[in-house]
Amino acid sequence: MAAITLDNIVKTYGEKDKKVLAVDRASFSVEEGEMFGLIGPDGAGKTTLFRILTTLLLPDSGTASVAGYDTAKDYTKIRNSVGYMPGRFSLYQDLTVEENLQFFATIFNTTIEENYHLIKDIYVQIEPFKDRRAGKLSGGMKQKLALCCALIHKPTVLFLDEPTTGVDVVSRVEFWDMLKRLKAQGITILVSTPYMDEAVLCDRIALIQNGKILSVDTPENTVRKYPTKLYAARSDDMHRLLKEIRSYPDIASCFTFGESMHFTFRSDDPHNIEKLKAKLNKAPHEYLEIKEIQPGIEDYFIQISEPAHE
Amino acid sequence: MRTLKFLLQKEFKQIFRSKSIIFSIVFAPIIQLILMPLAANYDVKNIYVAFVDHDHSTYSQKLINRVYSSIYFKAAPYSASYDDAMHLIEQNKADIIVEIPQGFEDNLVRESHDKLYLAVNAINGTKAGVGSGYLGAIIRDFNQDIQMQWKQPGHFAEAQTIDVVTNNWYNPYMSYFLFMVPGLMVSLLTGIGAFSASLNIVREKEIGTIEQINVTPIRKYHFLLGKLIPYWCLGMIVFTIGMLVSRLVYGIVPVGSIPLLYGFLAVYLLTLLGAGLLISTYSDTQQQAVSVAFFFVLIFNFISGIFTPIDSMPEWAKALAYISPISHFAQVMRMVVLKGSTWPDVLPHLGAVFALGVVLNTWAVLNYRKTT
Repeated sequence: MAAITLDNIVKTYGEKDKKVLAVDRASFSVEEGEMFGLIGPDGAGKTTLFRILTTLLLPDSGTASVAGYDTAKDYTKIRNSVGYMPGRFSLYQDLTVEENLQFFATIFNTTIEENYHLIKDIYVQIEPFKDRRAGKLSGGMKQKLALCCALIHKPTVLFLDEPTTGVDVVSRVEFWDMLKRLKAQGITILVSTPYMDEAVLCDRIALIQNGKILSVDTPENTVRKYPTKLYAARSDDMHRLLKEIRSYPDIASCFTFGESMHFTFRSDDPHNIEKLKAKLNKAPHEYLEIKEIQPGIEDYFIQISEPAHE
Repeated sequence: MRTLKFLLQKEFKQIFRSKSIIFSIVFAPIIQLILMPLAANYDVKNIYVAFVDHDHSTYSQKLINRVYSSIYFKAAPYSASYDDAMHLIEQNKADIIVEIPQGFEDNLVRESHDKLYLAVNAINGTKAGVGSGYLGAIIRDFNQDIQMQWKQPGHFAEAQTIDVVTNNWYNPYMSYFLFMVPGLMVSLLTGIGAFSASLNIVREKEIGTIEQINVTPIRKYHFLLGKLIPYWCLGMIVFTIGMLVSRLVYGIVPVGSIPLLYGFLAVYLLTLLGAGLLISTYSDTQQQAVSVAFFFVLIFNFISGIFTPIDSMPEWAKALAYISPISHFAQVMRMVVLKGSTWPDVLPHLGAVFALGVVLNTWAVLNYRKTT
């Protein structure tokens, strides 16, 4: 049975004359015990989807169910069985770490002791600060506390809205390790992130942009769907290189990507690369390096979302 | 019930950790109740009177001395002509001009009457009205003394006058504090109550904690009750502090029953907090909530009858005053504290406040939704 299903969810914001389409006919489903990633840039509609699934927002049309309950009809049951960690830190800043956890445990009619095994790994890290007010914690600590509070009632489905945004690299890695352990306990996790490097850590991912679900698949398959060969190029003068590659008539796309640039050709002509090299060497670059590479999720994302930009 | 207990626990913890709330419920009322009555005193003192004496007689001198010996009046610089005196009024150095005509004494003795001319600076209406009233009384008094001196015994019948004796019930010494302090207490309590109540849910909205609360199985009415009860208790504390201040500083001891006051307060606070809650559910930020609360508190304070009598307001203001809980509470406060009114007298006001409370709270509960 699917832990989460969405069927043709549509949500618009604003008044009649200037409506903004936040979610456009989104459909996908998440299996029980799966770690599912919702990957997309800011403003793609990730948070809106979360709010619909956590019963905070009603969709304009379409249906969704979480843990077998309909989000519109059985919202009380859903609220008892899901944990939600909003993107913005939303615990009581004037209560201490322990008081926050205690509070969220009691309002779910449980105690910290009862489900301590679920949060133990995470809680031990913030336990030294349990008498500190939540507002005075560092960003990473806040995230850990928020995760503890979202877990304390032993939810079957966990919603994490951009849990690692604004968190340092080390804490991010730690955080994903924690998620893996939670998944091992059988908790279904829906997590959103704008970071593509985190996408590969999920079982399956949905790419979302402008409210539309672009693709749903495992990270490996998603990458495999990349239609053409992808090349990376770098030299000592990246600016000139970018201009030259972009002006080359056979180039389909070219983006700077960290220290190099990724580009594709319009056709599958095997001689493409030699022709390009020949052209580039008319005004030689120092340390020019061009090679075929394995596309990543980000490459795929750019590839499928490109038409929207043009 | 258990949920409510934990919500209350959390709410009280937050209240006692917030320095601004402690200040506003303990120190603010004490300071305001001590300062405001002193500043907002309607007893008019220090009225500057300029005499323009064209007579320079014993009688005119006697009249002048009489006026200046009163605690209400002070001497403005002497002026030789009416125009001079008028300059004093223009420079705000005099409030009233009294012009004594030439031959004042002669006319009084011979014809047994003469006219005085009074010019009053009416920019400050209260000062002008009260000042000229006092002055009139002094002059009447002076007039009677002269009549006594010059009338032959047995001729008194000629000067028959109606002497009006006023007895000021409930406030025999016309003490301004006795009248004003209970009213100001209502005004203060309302301000503090409305602001803190309108802020409470909005605060959770603004900080984002409401997101987290809304995905929990907490019931709507539990959450709202968890918000109402602490502020209801705070209102009780503020009122008690106010009662202590008015007793210790102003020596005001309510004539009527104190439990009756608290009983009324209990209902009043429900209504007030309902209004705050309603504002809270409509606002998205604390700033919005405070602006709206400020708007209503200000308007309803002014038409509450605390500062000016409701009876002299236009009909629309009377209607507004009737639906405003502040005016009912202010009236009840004065009725019980000054007059010693009992349950049956208070009942109509209680009914009105209660009905309003039901309307406001129901509206607030209906408007507060966990889903948007």
